Amino acid sequence: MDIKLQQVSYAYSKGTPFEKYALHDVELSIASGTYEAIIGHTGSGKSTILQHFNGLLKPSSGTVHIGDRVVEAGKKAKELKPIRQKVGIVFQFPEHQLFEETVLKDIMFGPMNFGVSEKDAEKRARELITLVGLPDNILEKSPFDLSGGQMRRVAIAGVLAMEPEVIVLDEPTAGLDPRGQKEIMDLFYTLHKEKGLTTILVTHSMEDAARYADRIAIMHEGKCVLTGEPRALFADSATLAKYRLEPPRVVRFQHKVEQMIGKKLSKVCLIEEELAEELGQAIREGRAEQ
Amino acid sequence: MSEILSFNHITFSYTPENAEARKAVQDVSFSVNQGEWIAIVGHNGSGKSTMAKLMCGLLFPEQGEVRIKRDVLTEENLWEIRSQIGMVFQNPDNQFVGATVQDDVAFSLENNGVPYEEMVIRVKEALEQVKMEGFINHEPHHLSGGQKQRVAIAGALAMYPQILILDEATSMLDPQGREEVLKTVQALREKIGLTVLSITHDLEEALLADRVIFMNDGKKYAEGTPAEIFALGDQLVDFGLDLPFATKMTKLLQAQGVQLVGQHMTEEELVNDLWTSNFNK
Repeated sequence: MDIKLQQVSYAYSKGTPFEKYALHDVELSIASGTYEAIIGHTGSGKSTILQHFNGLLKPSSGTVHIGDRVVEAGKKAKELKPIRQKVGIVFQFPEHQLFEETVLKDIMFGPMNFGVSEKDAEKRARELITLVGLPDNILEKSPFDLSGGQMRRVAIAGVLAMEPEVIVLDEPTAGLDPRGQKEIMDLFYTLHKEKGLTTILVTHSMEDAARYADRIAIMHEGKCVLTGEPRALFADSATLAKYRLEPPRVVRFQHKVEQMIGKKLSKVCLIEEELAEELGQAIREGRAEQ
Repeated sequence: MSEILSFNHITFSYTPENAEARKAVQDVSFSVNQGEWIAIVGHNGSGKSTMAKLMCGLLFPEQGEVRIKRDVLTEENLWEIRSQIGMVFQNPDNQFVGATVQDDVAFSLENNGVPYEEMVIRVKEALEQVKMEGFINHEPHHLSGGQKQRVAIAGALAMYPQILILDEATSMLDPQGREEVLKTVQALREKIGLTVLSITHDLEEALLADRVIFMNDGKKYAEGTPAEIFALGDQLVDFGLDLPFATKMTKLLQAQGVQLVGQHMTEEELVNDLWTSNFNK
């Protein structure tokens, strides 16, 4: 499902003395099947833009296309329900949204609200609990007896139970320990690949953007100022600095090494494994020349 | 150096009625000297935050005792001891009460009946220490994450604490915000000799500490300098943590057949080793 924002502006408390624009003329296209990372400094408009992806916010001006549906400023949005089923948002700390008596009921709540039968919703819940890496006996427990990491997984299963085509992630690993972070990010990446989802990751981790995204959009002061592929975008530290961002740590480290050895490696490396390989290669070639 | 805080064989359970249940903290002992920076690291659910709550008497141990400057923490001296401990939590938005930055910093002073004139001085002083003096009339909610946490630290400093506890205080911040906060804490330590306990799973933050306490499943698994802890290597990863960037990079390079002398914790060390072992021949 393609998502397209055309000249989208959004003002909070519009028409009051507190009116404040959070988005200005944002242009952004996300093609179906893309893993897109949206990065930007705190207050750049990342969270505001995210709420436009399933019609939680309606633009103050401009148009949002979500698949074949259109949400347009000034017009009453009709039929937002199908959009909300197809675009699943995993908010920051999604475990705060858990409310049911049991994990099973909580996961089933979303799909049943959209008319899925009890039997099918239960079937989905049973499949998903394994997929998010939890034992199935957890389904009968209260979500509030689980650890933070387990609650997060249950909440994610609840979003996945809607069988969305687009999944929007707002800092999905905040507060998790390093292993939990990696497991959750790998889970979304596997889902992205296996189910052919469109994945939109809103993050301030340049490392995650570099590791997982096909494309990156940079937000700055309410505008979408730059889009491109991670390798090209992270190669240009000067431009990133203008938007108060830094390349991922591995890229900064590569710059330091290049400065020390007085030559450039053949490419900008986005993950540690890639840089190790590239450096190993350069060192072997250096030895052969001697 | 004098001891400022200690845990002596502390055990705590959230469900004491169930003897079978795993203890959140089990037989943990350690001591902290005045002016030290201690990092407590461990996976989610390893007991780190419970330890923070035990330190300031939000929870009391089932067994063992917490001592602050040799005094055993009890219900009776709780309030007096708490005034010596400042705490900053994970989510900056959850701990603001004031409508402006200065009101927020003044909140605990007001609660403790500090006279107005002195309050004004202390608020100004505390905000200067975290370099937020230019924001006294700003609304806390309109600050960046790093700025919010600095205001939260100022709120703690205004009480002239001896110990500052950071409970995952940087985990929700962007990289710049995290750096701002850590630099502030480092500067404070040098300037006023504050004792810092940071509870974290950010290994780069743990590198700044004098000593690291490594928790696993409610027990103290290891304790030592950052170098000693990170020498544990894959054991850290097995227990849900990660290695610092330079250490991880060193291992990956060695696996590629790149010659390096030993483990590295900082990028500078690693770059220098790379140069001397491989290029400068």
